[in-house]
Amino acid sequence: MVKVFERAGFPVVHMCNLVPVSTTVGANRIVPTISIPYPLGDPNTPKEEQWKLRYHRVGVALDALATPITEQTVFKVKI
Amino acid sequence: MPKSVICYINQFFAGVGGEEKAGIEPYIVEGTLGPTMAIDKALKDANVTYTIVCGDNFMGSNTEEAVDRIIKMIEDKPMDAFVAGPAFQAGRYTVACGAICKAVQEKFHVPAVTSFNEETPGVDMYKKDVVIFKGGNSAAKMRKDVPKMIGYLNKVLAGEPTLGADAEGYFARGMRKEVFLENKHENTAAARGVDMLLKKIKGEPYQTELVIPKRDVVPIADPIADLSKATVALVTSGGIVPVDNPDRIQSASATRWGRYDISKLDALPNRASNGFKTIHAGYDPAAADADPNVCVPVDAMRAYEKEGKLGHLHEYFYSTVGTGTTEGEAARMASEMIPFLKEGHVDGIILTST
Repeated sequence: MVKVFERAGFPVVHMCNLVPVSTTVGANRIVPTISIPYPLGDPNTPKEEQWKLRYHRVGVALDALATPITEQTVFKVKI
Repeated sequence: MPKSVICYINQFFAGVGGEEKAGIEPYIVEGTLGPTMAIDKALKDANVTYTIVCGDNFMGSNTEEAVDRIIKMIEDKPMDAFVAGPAFQAGRYTVACGAICKAVQEKFHVPAVTSFNEETPGVDMYKKDVVIFKGGNSAAKMRKDVPKMIGYLNKVLAGEPTLGADAEGYFARGMRKEVFLENKHENTAAARGVDMLLKKIKGEPYQTELVIPKRDVVPIADPIADLSKATVALVTSGGIVPVDNPDRIQSASATRWGRYDISKLDALPNRASNGFKTIHAGYDPAAADADPNVCVPVDAMRAYEKEGKLGHLHEYFYSTVGTGTTEGEAARMASEMIPFLKEGHVDGIILTST
């Protein structure tokens, strides 16, 4: 799906947990998530912590959309 | 003395449980367990001495740690070969099998084999490194897939010659192995090359001896110039839908997708409040049902919109289910979404996967 969107001219960020899968399939902009069943917020942590993590990683994804890249890039997250 | 084979299976095939147990940490048992019984039976002069079990999510999210722990479990045990799976069409399981096979053969220099369906991510990730047999799409194919894979392993263990990828039924590793042909004129490279050329000129079919694998790369799209004026859309393969699943998207091997209006929402309401849930059959739904924003982060996007970092969140999010879904179907569904994204003047997309 990522490739079809990108081929149509949309910059696209793939937010996923299995980063090696995404790189092999050929996503160009990748932001890692924390797990498969809860990509952006671990239910075993307090709500505020989940929100901080989600807010941070979605922010990284938005910045990634606005970042020029020359090769497949996995963007770094801090939390 | 019979040789020793160690096997790897996931929590599902070990009978531990489904998605709710996919987080279990690796452990080892003596002898066979579940499908490794069939592997044991198919082995000629070897036995399955141990079976390792690990949850697919644990392996997927903590690959390095899981692999290290498994290596430690088996390093003091006799092992002549390693078998993982078969994993059929279970995406994460194929990636797990590929990772552990690669690690084991690098560390212990024993042959490792596994088996996946060709529509899985594990194939492209590991076919260069690991002998992966072309498997069926469901566990019903166990009886066909196990003898194929173990028949090959029996030959390897006995030191007998094998026939190469196509004849044996595994994915080509892109390796060339030297074999000696009978010493006569027709077998020389020059004669073979000219034969091919003549066929090509005549328009007849011919098979090159050196296949160059194609990699499907997409040119990188230009970035968004000004995020504060841009419209960004959320798309997910995590199966988040309104609780009544109005488009009847399938829980696995999806061929349908939906788009859902979020223009009046600051966050996705959860299942309990009659909002959104996940219908994805490939992961434990508890967290996403309790808070669908962990998969489709409408709340965080709204926050950035309010702050002015993001111009506008597109009025709809787009959803389908990514488990067991073929690349072909996924590509078609994405193409069907594009006219709607264009109509909404979308400048960029965040696609979340589970």
